[in-house]
Amino acid sequence: MKIPYYPGCTLHERALDFDKASRECARALDIELEELDIWTCCGAVFPLTTDSVMDILAGVRNLAYAARLGDKVVTLCSFCYNVLKRTNKVMREDPEKREKANLFLKADTEAREKIESYLKEDYVGQVDVLHYIEMLRDVVGFDKIRERVKVDLSGLKVAPYYGCMLLRPKNEMEFDDHEQPTIFEDFLEAIGCEVVDFPMKTECCGGFQVVREEDTAVACSQNVVNSAARRDADIIITTCPLCRYNLDVLQKQMEKNVSGFRKLPVVYFTQLLGIALGIDEEYLDFSDNYVDPRPLLAEKSLV
Amino acid sequence: MRLKLSSEVVKGDLVERVEELSGQNLSACYQCGRCSAGCPVVEEMDIVPSEVIRLLQLGQVEPTLESETIWICASCLQCASRCPRGVEFSSICDALRAIVLRKRLGGTVVDADEVTRTMVSDAPQMGVVGALRKLNG
Amino acid sequence: MEHRIGVFVCHCGSNIAGVVDVKRVAEELADYPGVAFSTDYTYMCSDPGQNLVKEAIKEHKLTGVVVSACSPTLHEATFRRAGVGADLNPYMVEIANIREQCSWVHMEDKPRATEKAIKIIKTMIEKVKQDEALDPIAVPVTKRALVVGGGVAGIQAALDIANAGHEVILVEKEASIGGHMAQLSETFPTLDCSQCILTPKMVDAAQHPRIKLMTYCEIEDVAGYVGNFKVKIRKKAAYVNRDVCTGCGLCSEKCPAKTDSEFEEGLAKRKAIYTPFPQAVPNKPVLDAEHCLYMQSGKCGICAKICPVDAVDYEQKDEFVDEEVGAIVVATGYDLYPMINIGEYGGGKIKDVVTSLQFERLLSASGPTSGVVRRPSDGEIPKEVVFLTCVGSRDPEHHKAYCSKICCMYLTKHAMLYKHNQHDGQAYLFYMDVRTGGKGYEEFYQRAAEEDDVLYIRGKVSKLYEEDGKVMVWGVDTLTGQKVEIAADMVVLGLAMVPNAAALELAKKLKIQVNEWGFLSEAHPKLRPVESLAPGFYLAGAAQGPKDIPDAVAQASGAAAKVASLFAEKEYHREPIIAFVDEDDCAGCRVCVSVCPYDAAEFDEERKVAHIQEAICEGCGACIAACPSGSVTQKNLTDDQLFKMVTAALED
Repeated sequence: MKIPYYPGCTLHERALDFDKASRECARALDIELEELDIWTCCGAVFPLTTDSVMDILAGVRNLAYAARLGDKVVTLCSFCYNVLKRTNKVMREDPEKREKANLFLKADTEAREKIESYLKEDYVGQVDVLHYIEMLRDVVGFDKIRERVKVDLSGLKVAPYYGCMLLRPKNEMEFDDHEQPTIFEDFLEAIGCEVVDFPMKTECCGGFQVVREEDTAVACSQNVVNSAARRDADIIITTCPLCRYNLDVLQKQMEKNVSGFRKLPVVYFTQLLGIALGIDEEYLDFSDNYVDPRPLLAEKSLV
Repeated sequence: MRLKLSSEVVKGDLVERVEELSGQNLSACYQCGRCSAGCPVVEEMDIVPSEVIRLLQLGQVEPTLESETIWICASCLQCASRCPRGVEFSSICDALRAIVLRKRLGGTVVDADEVTRTMVSDAPQMGVVGALRKLNG
Repeated sequence: MEHRIGVFVCHCGSNIAGVVDVKRVAEELADYPGVAFSTDYTYMCSDPGQNLVKEAIKEHKLTGVVVSACSPTLHEATFRRAGVGADLNPYMVEIANIREQCSWVHMEDKPRATEKAIKIIKTMIEKVKQDEALDPIAVPVTKRALVVGGGVAGIQAALDIANAGHEVILVEKEASIGGHMAQLSETFPTLDCSQCILTPKMVDAAQHPRIKLMTYCEIEDVAGYVGNFKVKIRKKAAYVNRDVCTGCGLCSEKCPAKTDSEFEEGLAKRKAIYTPFPQAVPNKPVLDAEHCLYMQSGKCGICAKICPVDAVDYEQKDEFVDEEVGAIVVATGYDLYPMINIGEYGGGKIKDVVTSLQFERLLSASGPTSGVVRRPSDGEIPKEVVFLTCVGSRDPEHHKAYCSKICCMYLTKHAMLYKHNQHDGQAYLFYMDVRTGGKGYEEFYQRAAEEDDVLYIRGKVSKLYEEDGKVMVWGVDTLTGQKVEIAADMVVLGLAMVPNAAALELAKKLKIQVNEWGFLSEAHPKLRPVESLAPGFYLAGAAQGPKDIPDAVAQASGAAAKVASLFAEKEYHREPIIAFVDEDDCAGCRVCVSVCPYDAAEFDEERKVAHIQEAICEGCGACIAACPSGSVTQKNLTDDQLFKMVTAALED
């Protein structure tokens, strides 16, 4: 089956490892992720000021593009998921902004030339925004995934890192319990890992503050990595390229800050899924990881 | 230093603008401090979140616009998530930043030129996009 | 008959007169057909005002009275009494509301407000013209009371009613009376041992000749009306013949099956056949079939074998008992808001994060740790203990909007007692406001801070999590503006008080109101705090709202006084403004029977018509609205009266 897929700017370029593994896993589970034929960056952050219509246009545009392909769109990046879902809610519930946004978009002659069916109908929230893990749970089913697992991951202690954007604000994201979520734990059990619950799994990694001041993100991410390490995790999984960068690459600085700092590899959850499903190694690219997971994976006979 | 309060000060135009832009009712905050207690970056802030709101309640908008606090906020939404009164400090922060950026008041903003080479070449671009949108307008 | 209606227009100071031209109103109405006397006066509800009515009735031989003033909820009874005082049937006295429904809402438009006032009064004049003289409906009163709930409030109410000379049935769903107060270690602000002050009352209740104690029982059904309730009580199967049992305790001693003790809040075990605590009243065990080996698998049976008086009976079934009572006091008490609802504090999974009731058991000398405060995780004595107020309370966004009133005080007590227990320990209490409204409470709090060195930190904790055997506390000190972190050995949560879980079901059965939080609704928040709006039902204790022990006891005594005054009359008088059926028009469709919320409408099978039971009907009007043939109407509010009232209102 096909599901429209919105990769987002980062998965298209800097996080190709995430994109590759995810597509291949989907294929292995009989799903074809049909990338939107035309899309732009979603804007990365959802505006929190009440007068923002321009600020959400990128999101609306992408949803309008997706609407041409179906009634669902799947995404992987936490930030994209957050922006698209919250934007969708505005389009569904705020008549004034909905009208303005549609007006602005209709004025986009270039898009109208490129895509014949562009905004023939107003975008009113007709698309459902899904995260890939929701697709795994609701479209594929964790039980089916359990059956397809080919590699025994039972010796691997995995700490699922949720971060912020998947869960908050809870009544807009409606993703899982925002304080004690379990969807990734259920996923990890389905693929046969040992699950490590750790207290900082819903705390911020520092996010985009890494651009303003690296130390801010180092402090936040150090808190997270430390917490997982203290619970004896072998590896952390995430679903956000920015989180992956902060938690992984900044360990370079964490090593300097803390003597005896225990480094933990941080990988995308679909990479772990791919290992479990036994997908071809060409789709499992860890070359961008600062903390290389391969020695650990080799040690556990997983690659 | 004595704070002189009057209805002009407490209900000033700028305070009302902050409420309007953030969509938050500042009076709802009863200063429990939970936002500050759970903020991941509070240690770097010069004025902690609950104090920012207190200053606004007292009509003292300028110190909040001049603070470093509003540029350190990562929009993680933990404050908003846990507030017992449903006050979203994250939105208030966004509104204060918006006022500084739109009125060009200057502050600890991220300048596109200052974004380091490393960030541009190595970091996921969503970080740069997010930072520039929130901190540079 | 010649109508001679008296119209009295009240100024109500400037409340009415400031907007409505009361003199002009009185003048215009003097000429209205049927009006024999019309005047205005500053304060009709005052003694001179009431006398004005009485004298006018006598002097002008009035056949009906319209007092144009404030809402009838305030003074209808006053003026009806005045009518009676002048030998006019009280139901010929009507109130025209020209304040709440006129002057108070039309302050900007005086001329039109005046016109509207005149119209309102005209409608009531038309109504009075067709009012019938009615008599209140007298019903007999069964002078026995039912008290539901055997906590301190229920016990107090039962004792007071019994001491006033009436029989009381005290029903409690647990095996023993005592409620949560029996679980407490010491009570604030005197630090009296809780059970020491409670058990005398418990024993009194058990031994009182006029109190029938029914423990391990629940209310199954209630029918009837004030003065005449028929209650069906379920005696839950205890699998023990508690009349024969001597309370020797051998069965519990030898029972091999264990489960979490509810009394010890899960910190210790109890047996499957058990008494909840040593001072239980009655001190007779019950058998918990769910955890009993014999009942579940046929194995064991030791208790039956060993009982010296053969009291164990595995075949016992639930029994039903029917009782007739005249008044019901609901005192079902509270529970604590469950920890599972608060994920950021561990959701109940962190062992060393305990509830306030759990901490009471740890403090209690007869508790699971013999009065030494120990960590549930490893039994070690904690050196750094953190107390959190407002957990679930004052949180309209996620949990309960209200303040639970007692937590500031009991956590202060906890911190103090912990310090008495461990002199070198450190106690921190995170608060938003310290609420100490009772007698001696503020002094108690000051003592905790000054003498016992409890550190009060103003801030609400954001997160609790486990790290290396400690509970990490992420708090804040708003007074210095700093995030605060404590590596605590133990954390005590001041959880919100919520109504007892069974109470909502019970309220539905009794058809009494609860508020949005499930607390029983009092008839008036200021002036009628111990009774429900439903006649015959009285409220006591935390079931009506969060409160401390002195308030619960006071409220219980108040409810008992109300019951005693109900029982003081031979008969109870009910309002006669109720529905009635014109049997000639009734088609026997029974729609009225199906819509009546009070089961007052019944169908007479022989005559094939509906009949409204006078003693039960509350005059809500549901049947009147629903009746397709219009054969059900209301006394003194007939369709004809309504048409005339509407016509008067729509004139010109």
